[in-house]
Amino acid sequence: MNPFRYVQETTAEAAVRAVGSAPGAVFYAGGTTLIDLMKIDVLTPDTVVDINRLPLDAIEVDERGMHIGANVRNSVLAWHSGIRERYPVLSEAILSGATTQLRNMATTAGNLMQRTRCPYFRDVHAACNKRRPGSGCDAIEGVNRGHAILGTTASCIAMHPSDMCTALAILDAAVRTQKPDGSTRAIRFNEFHLLPGDRPERETILEHGELITHVDLPDLPLARRSHYLKVRDRASYEFALASAAVALDLDGGTIRAARVALGGVATKPWRCPEAEEVLTGQPPTIGSFRAAAEAALAGAVPRRHNAFKVELAKRTLVRALTTVAARAA
Amino acid sequence: MDDTDRSDYTPVEGPIGAGSIQTGSANPSPPAATESASVTLRVNGTMHTLATLDPRTTLLDVLREHLGLTGSKKGCDHGQCGACTVHVNGQRVLACLSLAIAHQRDEITTIEGLIDEDRLHPMQAAFIEHDAFQCGYCTPGQIMSAISLLQEAARGVPSHATPDVTAPPSLDRLSDEEIRERMSGNICRCGAYPNILAAIRQVQRTHTRGATP
Repeated sequence: MNPFRYVQETTAEAAVRAVGSAPGAVFYAGGTTLIDLMKIDVLTPDTVVDINRLPLDAIEVDERGMHIGANVRNSVLAWHSGIRERYPVLSEAILSGATTQLRNMATTAGNLMQRTRCPYFRDVHAACNKRRPGSGCDAIEGVNRGHAILGTTASCIAMHPSDMCTALAILDAAVRTQKPDGSTRAIRFNEFHLLPGDRPERETILEHGELITHVDLPDLPLARRSHYLKVRDRASYEFALASAAVALDLDGGTIRAARVALGGVATKPWRCPEAEEVLTGQPPTIGSFRAAAEAALAGAVPRRHNAFKVELAKRTLVRALTTVAARAA
Repeated sequence: MDDTDRSDYTPVEGPIGAGSIQTGSANPSPPAATESASVTLRVNGTMHTLATLDPRTTLLDVLREHLGLTGSKKGCDHGQCGACTVHVNGQRVLACLSLAIAHQRDEITTIEGLIDEDRLHPMQAAFIEHDAFQCGYCTPGQIMSAISLLQEAARGVPSHATPDVTAPPSLDRLSDEEIRERMSGNICRCGAYPNILAAIRQVQRTHTRGATP
């Protein structure tokens, strides 16, 4: 691990100043991504600013919804009774990822900032535009079974690995931040992560030194009938090959509104408005679900080893919708 | 980081002092190299001060290389195997992915801290009784994780194996599938899983008869 200067801050103001004033500085919270990648020299910060003591570890509930502090640990969020009742998809998504030990460490904001598992990104000897801009992409012609089929470009096909973010994509979430100049903003969740385009090293809309302070969830009645389904190579502790976050507002035999997002197949948390449109006004039947799945994957661009993901993602979505339709709201 | 010596280690009594941690805004000049710091940790109820600790040092390396607590094991060193599982403030976490310097003021418990006088913790005794290991390398992590599993289940929290997250099973209703899922962060390459499950089941039954996990 490269040498670095360690700084512990106790206020958001001091933390954003400390990172904002040093180009090579990073925030350190749960450390489950950062320390891992520092050990293999993929990340080499010269300053590590510890934000674990910032007072951002509460989940607040009011009439507008729920407000999750950036430092709330993934396990605390998944186990929170209000989250389980009002947004079961979020609880299920978090519990499907990693292990209890990792979820006890990883934070809400850190989950939004987690890096891809692309093996070429994690190998400092490989070409990777995300890790070293302009160096090329060894994944496109390489072993790409786990890679994305949606949102890819000639620069990058790295898959966004977060289960939690796939659930947040259907919950109208907002990301609240504080910048080094002291200003704050609220970013719509679906605008937070960036498509790779020709700048895959830029993964989020955040500026250097900008700190996530909260994730806000609005009151969203249809989320009470929601579900997360994850399909992977083994039953536990593995990243998704395909996953689906879904919510349905059912009026007797008709879908009044639907929410759909896919994980494990895209370069960012992948909301599917086309699939939602196909479902709206239709009966909750396998035929409707399959039509939605076809719409969701219409733009898929498979590579040599991951063509199976197109059909797998469709079936994953159909099964998730079938399960949630049978569930009491 | 295993080449660090232990000459800087002095056990101390008294409250934890975090005053030696740099609070950066006061000193914005970037370092040419890592600056060592004095770090005080509370491990198994005892305060330990490391006078000059490289901030890169993980909690696992401090436990093993500086404090001589070699019960916590280094398997993958990347958060994938669970052999380094310890409790921090009562929660199971991975010592290999934690910077030691960030854990001042925390209560750290390792496998060495489970013993009560000279009596084994019930989970340790159950692992022996059920032969829940072969080579034993993963065992300290398995035991630390299993203890947390029962505490979490007693609080009534769900897992990925829970069909309805709003209705988690009580401690006495944990299925085999639930226990396996909740232990999925601890790999046993010898494959002692059936006996690990049996050991956890035995302690679970004791608790459902009234004891607190």
